[in-house]
Amino acid sequence: MNQKRKPLSQNATLIGVLASLLSILIGLVLGFVLLVVLNPGAALEGMTQMLTKGVSNLSSFSQVLYQAAPLMMCGLSVGFAYKTGLFNIGAPGQYTMGVFFALLFAIQFQMPWFVCLLAAMVGGAAWGVFPGLFKALFNVNEVITSIMFNWIGMYLVNLLIANMPVMLASAWGASNSDRTAALSSANPGAIIPKCGLDKLFGDSPWINISILITVLLAIVVWVVLQKTTFGYELKACGLNRDASQYAGINAKRNVVLSMVIAGGLAGAGGGIYYLAGTVQYVIEKAILGMGFDGIAVALLANSHPIGAIFSSLFVSYLQVGGSAMQPNYSPETTDIVIAVIIYLAAFALLMRGVITKALSRRKEKEASGK
Amino acid sequence: MAEDFVIEMLNITKEFPGIKANDDITLQLRRGEIHALLGENGAGKSTLMSVLFGLYQPEKGVIKKDGKEVRIKDPNDANRLGIGMVHQHFKLVECFTVLDNIILGVESTKMGFLQKDAARKKVMALSEKYGLRVDPDALVEDISVGMQQRVEILKMLYRDNDILIFDEPTAVLTPQEIDELMEIMRGFKAEGKSILFITHKLNEIMAVADRCTVLRKGRYMGTVDIADTTKEELSRMMVGRNVQFVVDKKPCEPGDNILEVENLVVPSRIHKNNAVKGVSFNVRAGEIVCVAGIEGNGQSELVFGVTGLEKATCGRIRLCGQDITNARIRDRSKAGMSHIPEDRHKHGLVLDYTLGQNLVLQRYWQPQFQNHGFIRSGEVQKYADRLIQEYDIRSGQGAATIARSMSGGNQQKAIIAREIDKDPQLLVAVQPTRGLDVGAIEFIHKQLVAERDAGRAVLLVSLELDEVMNLSDRILVMYEGEIVGEFDPRTTTVEELGLYMAGGKKQKEGQA
Ligand SMILES: Nc1ncnc2c1ncn2[C@@H]1O[C@H](COP(=O)(O)OP(=O)(O)OP(=O)(O)O)[C@@H](O)[C@H]1O
Ligand SMILES: [Mg+2]
Repeated sequence: MNQKRKPLSQNATLIGVLASLLSILIGLVLGFVLLVVLNPGAALEGMTQMLTKGVSNLSSFSQVLYQAAPLMMCGLSVGFAYKTGLFNIGAPGQYTMGVFFALLFAIQFQMPWFVCLLAAMVGGAAWGVFPGLFKALFNVNEVITSIMFNWIGMYLVNLLIANMPVMLASAWGASNSDRTAALSSANPGAIIPKCGLDKLFGDSPWINISILITVLLAIVVWVVLQKTTFGYELKACGLNRDASQYAGINAKRNVVLSMVIAGGLAGAGGGIYYLAGTVQYVIEKAILGMGFDGIAVALLANSHPIGAIFSSLFVSYLQVGGSAMQPNYSPETTDIVIAVIIYLAAFALLMRGVITKALSRRKEKEASGK
Repeated sequence: MAEDFVIEMLNITKEFPGIKANDDITLQLRRGEIHALLGENGAGKSTLMSVLFGLYQPEKGVIKKDGKEVRIKDPNDANRLGIGMVHQHFKLVECFTVLDNIILGVESTKMGFLQKDAARKKVMALSEKYGLRVDPDALVEDISVGMQQRVEILKMLYRDNDILIFDEPTAVLTPQEIDELMEIMRGFKAEGKSILFITHKLNEIMAVADRCTVLRKGRYMGTVDIADTTKEELSRMMVGRNVQFVVDKKPCEPGDNILEVENLVVPSRIHKNNAVKGVSFNVRAGEIVCVAGIEGNGQSELVFGVTGLEKATCGRIRLCGQDITNARIRDRSKAGMSHIPEDRHKHGLVLDYTLGQNLVLQRYWQPQFQNHGFIRSGEVQKYADRLIQEYDIRSGQGAATIARSMSGGNQQKAIIAREIDKDPQLLVAVQPTRGLDVGAIEFIHKQLVAERDAGRAVLLVSLELDEVMNLSDRILVMYEGEIVGEFDPRTTTVEELGLYMAGGKKQKEGQA
């Protein structure tokens, strides 16, 4: 084997990183242009806020971590399913189910936090079973069933919570009955512990060990996909269903399992967010957006579990920054700007080709110039 | 000007990670000639043609059209220069109709609306003129491989190409279709079109080509006039040694029944009727039984039924005495069945897995390769390296090569290696040497005979009568889903087989 140093134009990792950075930069520029168009006076300040807020103080940074955790789970969910050839657009529904199961065990059954978290996973997984079964048994496209189950899940949860008096805030000394009880009053033991992390982050209310749990889970997902026979089978099904059938792999079972695991991951995301004790589930008429954001996280990470750690931090960072722009720009505007940035960041793949071409052209010129 | 070259490829070099696929290759195509391109699997034939078609940019070298230097950056450029290509693995949109596939990319429109009537007329006229029978309204996923190829050819003609590249067009065709294609190619030549023709079958080169360029391991070995060369010389030029075209076999000593098939019925995926209509036969240890027949007479479905890719609706299958009629594929594999499938891209490989991962596709779950569900990658690597060595599977980066980037013949070798090395009781091989070079065919034939001599049962499905006559100990002829005759290759002739294959004759039910 000749150990020649690879030319720059063939170093895939370097080009990959370069491409991502470049696409993010272009996204930021475009986002800035949008801000200028919408409110020229506040644009510069707004952009600065967006880009620096996340690291401006410990409290904001802890908020970035706090939001990244559920995002990461949803990203893992979508990414995992995608690796096995399924598009899990049902993450929002599975996430909502996770929320419900977590709160059910926390408030109704007064369980400790880890039981609630496990329950959240089971709830999400249960919501993944249906699209999986429909796909495996009747070959119904998982996208369609998933979308239907998003709505079914949301209304079912609303219905159940509205009819479970103990779950509502009004049962625990608060006046409103449109939301679940605050965990601090209903069951402090169900709040995910901080394990001293809050000392590190200047007594921030946001921080807890959830980000550590999710990073761990991301690594577990990576190991399962990369190192186990189970992951080998799942990916084979995703890449070539006929060949996996030929190899004696039970493709139907794997489709269901894959959706169950994806559902469990999204469900855990819901549990983690609501067991932080900082938000209450409000009976809503719109599907919770976290699951959809998971699609963006997975897309940015190219469905890679480890990549999802970073892309969820990135998305969360933008979201925290975006919320700081609020008086000058409406939440919808910041959402659009964030979307533009994420969208362009996803062009990294395209950019990779452009960079490779540019580099090899330079090499050509050098060669002919000699 | 001494010679009239339409295309000159001068000193072309093209590298892929870990391999120089083309190393300073020169190829000159005369106007109106059929120019064959010959070389071992992985020699760089497809790569060279892809460079000409604009799919790859060479690192070095120039291309000239009519003596003028041109740059071909993409297939559109190639098209403008009149260059068309039929790829080794077809590139058609499965869910589009034949007509849509032909006009795709060069549709004529009026105010944004497709104008298909004129296109249809032109396609039908071309189809008539060259005898390229197609059904313009059929979906590509429903038509036979032969017709898919005619669609690819019509695509080139529709674009008025006059330099035609055929990359292993005959590998997927039946002998009858091959004869037709040869006729069609002669017709093109008579019209002054120039043809580049890749094939591993030396008979075809001797039959239609004017000249032949030989490559070996990415390098140019020379160009010869067909008129003053022989098959033997060509193969020597290509592999660097003499190739045996006929395998030596000891007489067959059959043992116990390994595979017993009784009254098997398998439905068709294409039409509502049964594709296999109550077939009974057996394969004994130490013999090679060959199923011969014209493509589409139920051979594929017979194999689907035996291997479990399709459920048999009736009948009984026994492997080593064990009833496997309704067994899952994995259990059949455990019971000792190996299967070299007909379609290597559909069933045989996970193209986006590495070569190493593909080589353990049937065995990753065995204790040798996993420990508590964790894949032992070191073992996989070692195993893959051994097979790569033994079967001479050539690729850029060894076991780490993505299967998709390997040459067609080497993909096939990988499948064969995997299935034979599984040490099966029964080896079901469908067209195992499709797309292999003569050297590799010789090697694989030897392997199959070695399996048989080791007391294994081999069920071979082949469309090539040479291979059938050469390898088999017993021949079953299939016609319209039934076995119409059983023959001993030592006492029958190709002509007799042909008669039965065409449905002209049928033996009385004589066997158990
Ligand atoms: N896209 C690619 N990326 C990396 N390596 C490639 C790629 N295409 C071809 N190769 C390598 O280049 C070599 C030549 O391949 P090519 O397909 O040209 O062979 P071939 O002569 O057509 O062989 P065959 O008769 O088997 O079709 C092979 O070793 C193959 O692994
Ligand atoms: Mg080839």
